[in-house]
Amino acid sequence: MKDHKFIKLERIVKTGAVNFIRNIWLAIAAIAMMTTTLTILLFAVVANATFSNSITDLTSRIDVSVYLKDSVTEQQRNQLRADLKNIDNVKSIEYVTKEQALKDFREDHANDPETLSAVSEVDNTLPASLKIKVYDPNRLQTIKDFVDKKEIQALQSEQTSYSGERKEAIDSIAKATDFFRKAGIVSIIIFIIISILIIFNTIRMTIFNRRDELIIMRLLGASPWYIKGPFVVETTMYGIMAAVVSIAIVWGLFAIASSLEVSSLLDIDFSRNYFSRHLWLIVVAQIGAGIIIGAVSSAVATRRYLKLK
Amino acid sequence: MILLDRVTKVYNRREAALERVSLHVEPKEFVIIVGASGAGKSTMFKLLTREEKPTSGKIIVGGIDYENLKDRDIPTLRRKIGVVFQDFKLLSNKTVYENVAFALEIAGATNAEIKHTVPKVLEVVGLKDKTNSYPRQLSGGEKQRVAIARAIVRQPKILIADEPTGNLDPKHAWDVIKVLEKINRFGTTVLLTTHNQEIVNYLKRRVVTIRDGKVVSDKAIGNYKG
Repeated sequence: MKDHKFIKLERIVKTGAVNFIRNIWLAIAAIAMMTTTLTILLFAVVANATFSNSITDLTSRIDVSVYLKDSVTEQQRNQLRADLKNIDNVKSIEYVTKEQALKDFREDHANDPETLSAVSEVDNTLPASLKIKVYDPNRLQTIKDFVDKKEIQALQSEQTSYSGERKEAIDSIAKATDFFRKAGIVSIIIFIIISILIIFNTIRMTIFNRRDELIIMRLLGASPWYIKGPFVVETTMYGIMAAVVSIAIVWGLFAIASSLEVSSLLDIDFSRNYFSRHLWLIVVAQIGAGIIIGAVSSAVATRRYLKLK
Repeated sequence: MILLDRVTKVYNRREAALERVSLHVEPKEFVIIVGASGAGKSTMFKLLTREEKPTSGKIIVGGIDYENLKDRDIPTLRRKIGVVFQDFKLLSNKTVYENVAFALEIAGATNAEIKHTVPKVLEVVGLKDKTNSYPRQLSGGEKQRVAIARAIVRQPKILIADEPTGNLDPKHAWDVIKVLEKINRFGTTVLLTTHNQEIVNYLKRRVVTIRDGKVVSDKAIGNYKG
């Protein structure tokens, strides 16, 4: 019995491979179609990762500075620091001394002697500050509410950096990045759905073209899996080839783009690195997706021709 | 070998395609079913291959009662009957050899059996030199002989042929009929449907005439006027 099963499996695989070659033009058309969708999908994934990286880069620069009066003692400062650290959105807090503030100020305005002359080491009017970095720039308000409490405000020489116009600017950046991140994920999901539909339909068409074969085999008394099997093998081969070709195309495009050193919206080097770093994951995922979509589509598409009356 | 007992088939509540048809075919018999197009020959054929279910009545072929037949047993049934169709129904992307071998493959024959049997059967139908041709490279008569080879390669006890000569010119039609006679001589029960009167009158076999879905005559050595 085992031998019998093995013979059938062997014949199914062999027939699938032979049919692939005998229907090579149909195969090429289907593979081209699958390659196109898989390429777009893969490109979208890498682009999304790159974009998301740029956003992370951007949001990590957003911080809130709490400016301290010169009269604040070290104990008060440490207490404030500890309290701030308890807010869950706070990632890190850096203490910037008056001296450091002056140094930074001088560096920032190195080409502006007039402004530079306004402050001097003897008369350093720049306040010390606590520079707060956050995880989510969309949730700065809790920090703002905390530092705006009366007893905390008493320690501050002026409003935090997260106030007025600057607050508005930060809020709109945070909102926009949040939107783009979500839009990226949604578009990937839509791409995946569209790809599946297109591939499914392509395979359905190739099987529709050969429905007579299915019907004849059924009339001769072949069991449903013996009929379906070679088609599943054939479309699985389509899936594997389409996956390999699409990876080659995307890889090639990034390689060319990065060699041209074109500056664009996308950080090409990041894309290329991302691609290399995740190469095996991409290979496995693409081939896996190709196999699964190919096999499932043909198994489903052959079903209607195999119904026994 | 084949038993139809008061079989009726009605499609979509229209007039009955077959009405209370009873027929008993003995082993090794050669029976010709005649009748004009639309008389019900093809319906009978489809009932025997279980493409259709009867509306009422009993069908038993080779000891298998169709009434108790489950869907998953249909492939097994079809492997036991050799079937020849008017439109050949060959697999276009398989060679002559592969088309015939396919019938053995699905029955689970070993590679050695296939290698041994297929060339012999192709010799019986006179297509040994067309082994590696594809159906599109064959004439109608050759295609039908491939179909017959495919039907008999499993050595079925029953062979049913639905208008096998319907699409063939006279010369090729005779080739096909001669092959059917030969198979019958080897001991296979043959059920042939046709409306070709020349062939019927030549064969001098039992002839069952169907008209408007009913059996109107059943003669041991029959004649037919189309």
